[in-house]
Amino acid sequence: MNQLYSEIFENPFTIGIKEIPVVDYDVFYNNISGMLSDQANHCVAYYGVEVPGYLKLICCIVNDKTHSIRIFSTHLINEKRSVKSLTSACPQLHIFEREIHENFGVEFEGHPWLKPVRYPYNRKSLSALMDNYPFYEIESEELHEVGVGPVHAGVIEPGHFRFICNGEKVLHLEIQLGYQHRGIEKLFIHKKGSLQKCILSESIAGDTSVGHSLAHSQLIDSMGDLEISDSLQIERCIGLELERIAVHIGDTAALCGDIAYQLGQVVCEALRTEIINTTQFWCGNRFGKGLVRPGGSNFPMSDIIADKMLKMLDDAVTRFSEIAGRIYSMPSVLARFEDIGQVTRDQALKTGSVGMAARTCGIGRDLRGSHPFQYFKKLYFNPVINETGDVLARGMLRVKEISESGRIIRELLGFWKEKKKFEHPPVYNYLLKPESFSLSMAEGWRGEICHSAITDENGNIIHYKVKDPSFHNWMALALAVRNQEISDFPVCNKSFNLSYCGNDL
Amino acid sequence: MFRELKILTHHGSQYIKDLRNQPVSDRFRGRPVISSDINESDIEIISAICPVSAINDRDGSLDIGKCVFCGECSFCLPEKVKFLKDYRIAVNRREDLIIKPGEDKPVRLDKSSIRKEVRKLFKNALKLRQVSAGGDNSCEMELNATGNVNFDFGRYGIEFVASPRHADGIVITGPVSENMAEALNICYEAVPDPKIIVLVGTDSISGGMFSDSQALNRKFIEEHHIDLYIPGNPAHPLTFINGVMDLLGID
Repeated sequence: MNQLYSEIFENPFTIGIKEIPVVDYDVFYNNISGMLSDQANHCVAYYGVEVPGYLKLICCIVNDKTHSIRIFSTHLINEKRSVKSLTSACPQLHIFEREIHENFGVEFEGHPWLKPVRYPYNRKSLSALMDNYPFYEIESEELHEVGVGPVHAGVIEPGHFRFICNGEKVLHLEIQLGYQHRGIEKLFIHKKGSLQKCILSESIAGDTSVGHSLAHSQLIDSMGDLEISDSLQIERCIGLELERIAVHIGDTAALCGDIAYQLGQVVCEALRTEIINTTQFWCGNRFGKGLVRPGGSNFPMSDIIADKMLKMLDDAVTRFSEIAGRIYSMPSVLARFEDIGQVTRDQALKTGSVGMAARTCGIGRDLRGSHPFQYFKKLYFNPVINETGDVLARGMLRVKEISESGRIIRELLGFWKEKKKFEHPPVYNYLLKPESFSLSMAEGWRGEICHSAITDENGNIIHYKVKDPSFHNWMALALAVRNQEISDFPVCNKSFNLSYCGNDL
Repeated sequence: MFRELKILTHHGSQYIKDLRNQPVSDRFRGRPVISSDINESDIEIISAICPVSAINDRDGSLDIGKCVFCGECSFCLPEKVKFLKDYRIAVNRREDLIIKPGEDKPVRLDKSSIRKEVRKLFKNALKLRQVSAGGDNSCEMELNATGNVNFDFGRYGIEFVASPRHADGIVITGPVSENMAEALNICYEAVPDPKIIVLVGTDSISGGMFSDSQALNRKFIEEHHIDLYIPGNPAHPLTFINGVMDLLGID
């Protein structure tokens, strides 16, 4: 019997492209629907690669408990690009099938919602336009539609929100994205320079520069067989946790801003400045651009940086817990957050939520624990979980994760002090394994980031795929605002703080 | 109330008094200086390593409208290329963003080419509408930061507003994606005359890392007069603030 799938327990990992089992679509279908019937499994990558004569569909499914990554593929010949949709059986695949449909014109029979994802410039159907997005409509004299965006009231990225409301109450929200599409995945192939690829990865989502550049760099480390010292692994993890703290504090400020609690907003804004200025002290950039590179670093940790970081953390994290304690004990704040924008555990599982969106619904999904990367492999890690799935849960999760990340950084710096330091500059002249497939995952502050690449016989990258956690989680936001007052949309949106450019690529 | 007072005491005074001369950390990469004794082989090395072709391979000049401030050229030749802490790098003429070897003078606006009505009408209050057109959210976050408790740009009557109808100009971030091109145009049209255009970040000034992407449509940038260029990846809040102050003639 042919192998149904390969099972791997490494993150990141690289295997020969020929080692990925190829199965018939029926088997592929049964593989996925069977695996996803287990709630601990979810899909991290499912996409198409155009090969002369056929379309190769690659799927990776990971398990939150057993640390496994299962990979398998199927081939759709050019003459038959119509297959049975998996979405009805496994709703979390809706977005992956939509993307494959948009890029390659594959018809998924029975897909209930086969709509555009991001209108890429190289989409299959150029008659699909931003202006004629097929919004869901309800005909009724009692209902009205509210359209918001692409340009929003605040200084944020563009996206279009279409609400169907009954009075003040939202019945349905549909989110149209794609405005931010810059063709990043294609640029990863066209840009031949290694440094260019690093800088591209930092620009996938500027608020997750460290997360995405870490995912990219460890992919290159794995494909190029680059040795990464313990001290460098530790430094990368510190960068990632520092980014998490900074964004979480900034989000807390923004949440306070939305409900006009000025003290909370102002204090958190100033605290975020302290954190990102420390990142700047370390690497010259407030967002950590330039910090993570394959094979080495331009900005090795030093005693001066470590001491400054510890001092800053002692001060900032303490001050943050002081203000957070106040924010989340005020009745007027709780009244705006509690039971607002609720996502149930069942919804989160069905839509394949990851990161914060999952962990606020009682799902312990965190790559730092389930598929540890870098120095997290050697760290005891327990994800922070909240159960209630509302704005309050997402706000409180940030508070807990900030203190947890502070603890992790202190622990990591302790390890770092004991380690031998191998200061190595970045490696840009690497040779990647030919005809290989590589998958790399990292837990950014939003959640699971996944990069994967395929090389040709000369080791050139011929396919690159990026998945930001927002790709899964936008649907969770759309579900969260159902039956809410439309005036609660801003706090719901802020509480998720999803990425537009990370989705649009 | 005592809890609030305690929090406020610990918070202290966070605002930056002198936005012109606020010290930033040593590794911050601001205005570059290229040594006058840079030779041909040096130029070859650094122009080859530059990820965005910001370094001219003939004369070794560096275009900070293309530069992504990764600093790799200075890591490669630390004696020949330096990035100073000087964050005042905004200009109002595109060509002034090109730094030639041997040049080590402050980057400033060309006063004679500032339109007369700009200072006359906006010096005491400037309301801006921000449009992100493919921006990666780092420039957007830095623009948000200009109004926060640290930088408090509002002290000069300068702020971001929700509606283009209330604005005196637009601030563009991102390389201008094709999918956002029309919305950008509509937003600009909705701003009443006279109005200014400010480009923030390398991506919006030159396309940056995305300049050769097929998913862009930079017609808007090419066809309009740009009042202010604010380089950076992302542009530091102080770069933006000082640039706008210079444009308006605020001391």
